[in-house]
Amino acid sequence: MTLLNVENLSKEFGGVHAISDLTFTINPGTIHSIIGPNGAGKTTLFNLITGVYTPSAGRVLFQDQPVTGLRPNELAARGMSRTFQNLQIFMNMTALENVLVGRHLHLNTGILPSLFRWPAIGRGDRAATVMAKDLMAFVGLEKYIGWDADAMPYGALKRLEIARALAAEPKLLLLDEPAAGLNATESREIDEVIKKVAAQGVTVVLVEHDMKMVMEISDHILVLDYGRKLTEGTPAEVRQNPDVIAAYLGQVG
Amino acid sequence: MRSVLSSRWAGLLLLAVVIALLPLGLKNNFQFDIAVRIGFNAIVVIGLNLLIGYAGQISLGHAGFLGLAAYFSAITVTRYGWPPLVSLLAAATLVGLLAFIIARPVLRLKGHYLAMATLGLGIIISIVLNQEAGLTGGPDGMAVDPFTIGAFKLVKAREWYWLVGALLWLAVWLSLNLIDSPVGRALRAVHGSEVAAEVVGVDTTRYKVMVFVLSAVFASVVGSLQAHYVSFISPQQAGFFQSVEWVIMVVLGGMASTYGAVIGAVILTALPQVLTALEDYEHMIFGLIMMLVMILLPKGIVPSAGALLRRVSSKAEGGK
Ligand SMILES: Nc1ncnc2c1ncn2[C@@H]1O[C@H](COP(=O)(O)OP(=O)(O)OP(=O)(O)O)[C@@H](O)[C@H]1O
Ligand SMILES: [Mg+2]
Repeated sequence: MTLLNVENLSKEFGGVHAISDLTFTINPGTIHSIIGPNGAGKTTLFNLITGVYTPSAGRVLFQDQPVTGLRPNELAARGMSRTFQNLQIFMNMTALENVLVGRHLHLNTGILPSLFRWPAIGRGDRAATVMAKDLMAFVGLEKYIGWDADAMPYGALKRLEIARALAAEPKLLLLDEPAAGLNATESREIDEVIKKVAAQGVTVVLVEHDMKMVMEISDHILVLDYGRKLTEGTPAEVRQNPDVIAAYLGQVG
Repeated sequence: MRSVLSSRWAGLLLLAVVIALLPLGLKNNFQFDIAVRIGFNAIVVIGLNLLIGYAGQISLGHAGFLGLAAYFSAITVTRYGWPPLVSLLAAATLVGLLAFIIARPVLRLKGHYLAMATLGLGIIISIVLNQEAGLTGGPDGMAVDPFTIGAFKLVKAREWYWLVGALLWLAVWLSLNLIDSPVGRALRAVHGSEVAAEVVGVDTTRYKVMVFVLSAVFASVVGSLQAHYVSFISPQQAGFFQSVEWVIMVVLGGMASTYGAVIGAVILTALPQVLTALEDYEHMIFGLIMMLVMILLPKGIVPSAGALLRRVSSKAEGGK
């Protein structure tokens, strides 16, 4: 069984073919990386998979169900979660509250129980808070638990997005350049976090420019170029592909 | 220290004490009247603050909801003899329904466009109230029977004070409850980043519609009560200026602060009364005070004061 099927997916922005006739599958329990030069369409692909954009053509199946056209929140309810290349943090909340929002799908969100604060609300929030703190520790943010998000440094916010995404208990976690803008040590730490997440059985889709990291942790790599699939395979296969060396790895050196 | 200050029950207790003791300091009917008006405004502004301050949406049309409810109560009670409480509940249901119907298309808009759309809504309602003279009395307004519950009849400001005080406390309690719940966090998440909220499962449309309806219902309840209290209503109460005044109360008191909403209502309702002594200069001084507050306390009174207090207390701790 596959977890995600992308079939002949295309997305056009006024003449720009950001994604063209792309087909690939993702197996459960793997770390699946998507690489490609700037503008290759990686973020667009994430936006198509998670329902932020609707495709111009083609379709996406999640757990063998067609999900094209569903809203991002509906996909989240089915088990997808993601982070963003350009941070999307709730800056009007604390770090902990950011992670608690990630718990939304698992909590009582009735309007009357909330307005009149039925005991179930308090119970749910207390349990969620324990879990959110654990998740913050899991991604190495224990010292920021009481902080306002807008006071935190960039590197910490990158991790906060991961903790928030994990709080939803996704089956499929899509990470868009989680190590971008981080120094070598911080990158290593993110690397470790991703491995730990995958070890728990969460399928990870990773977009990352740090080739060392990608080659080391991926089970499978998809190479995009101008919205098309250049090649895919294991890290060893991809590394030896002449097209990849010419089009992408060659530039990086 | 911080946990005590921000704890829900400390604030609610303090508010209850203030509401209970304030009448000892109120000397005459005029002062009770101001207190009642403050309460009415505060309840509306608490609802509006959920929409504006927490969920980050704007409305310049909420006076329309108040006006509709005021007229609905006035007409059904005065002309058709409905029990006022029944009219109030029916008005709240109808206004909530209306808000629900228009919320979806309107809240798809953002920023200035949302402001324009809600402004238009308010204007349409006040035009209808003006034009339908046969039903509403048109620009001349109409008289309204007093509020009765069974044999109880509320007439004097002194009597109204306790009803409005209790409702104000209730509004604060509901607002604090809502904010401190998954629903409240979802509302704030909509404000913080809509796309991030959606990908963790928040149905942003549902929450925007919900808070719009809730704030409209708050305005509706106040509209019904106010009609009886003032005993005379005119389309002016549903007008644009009233809507803007409430938004100013939200901003002045402090966005995303329930007590800020109350403080905003207190200041903007009471200040003009205090300033009438200045006669010609009243409006100038009023504007000047508002400008100064926003320059010195850009986040509004309550959040800015809170931040200041935290800075002072953390400095004091650091010195130890
Ligand atoms: N919302 C949009 N509107 C118009 N064009 C867009 C939009 N989003 C992406 N594009 C275009 O689609 C192409 C692919 O962009 P995308 O952001 O998906 O690339 P990427 O692979 O994520 O690049 P990077 O490595 O820089 O993040 C680019 O040409 C980009 O300009
Ligand atoms: Mg990108």
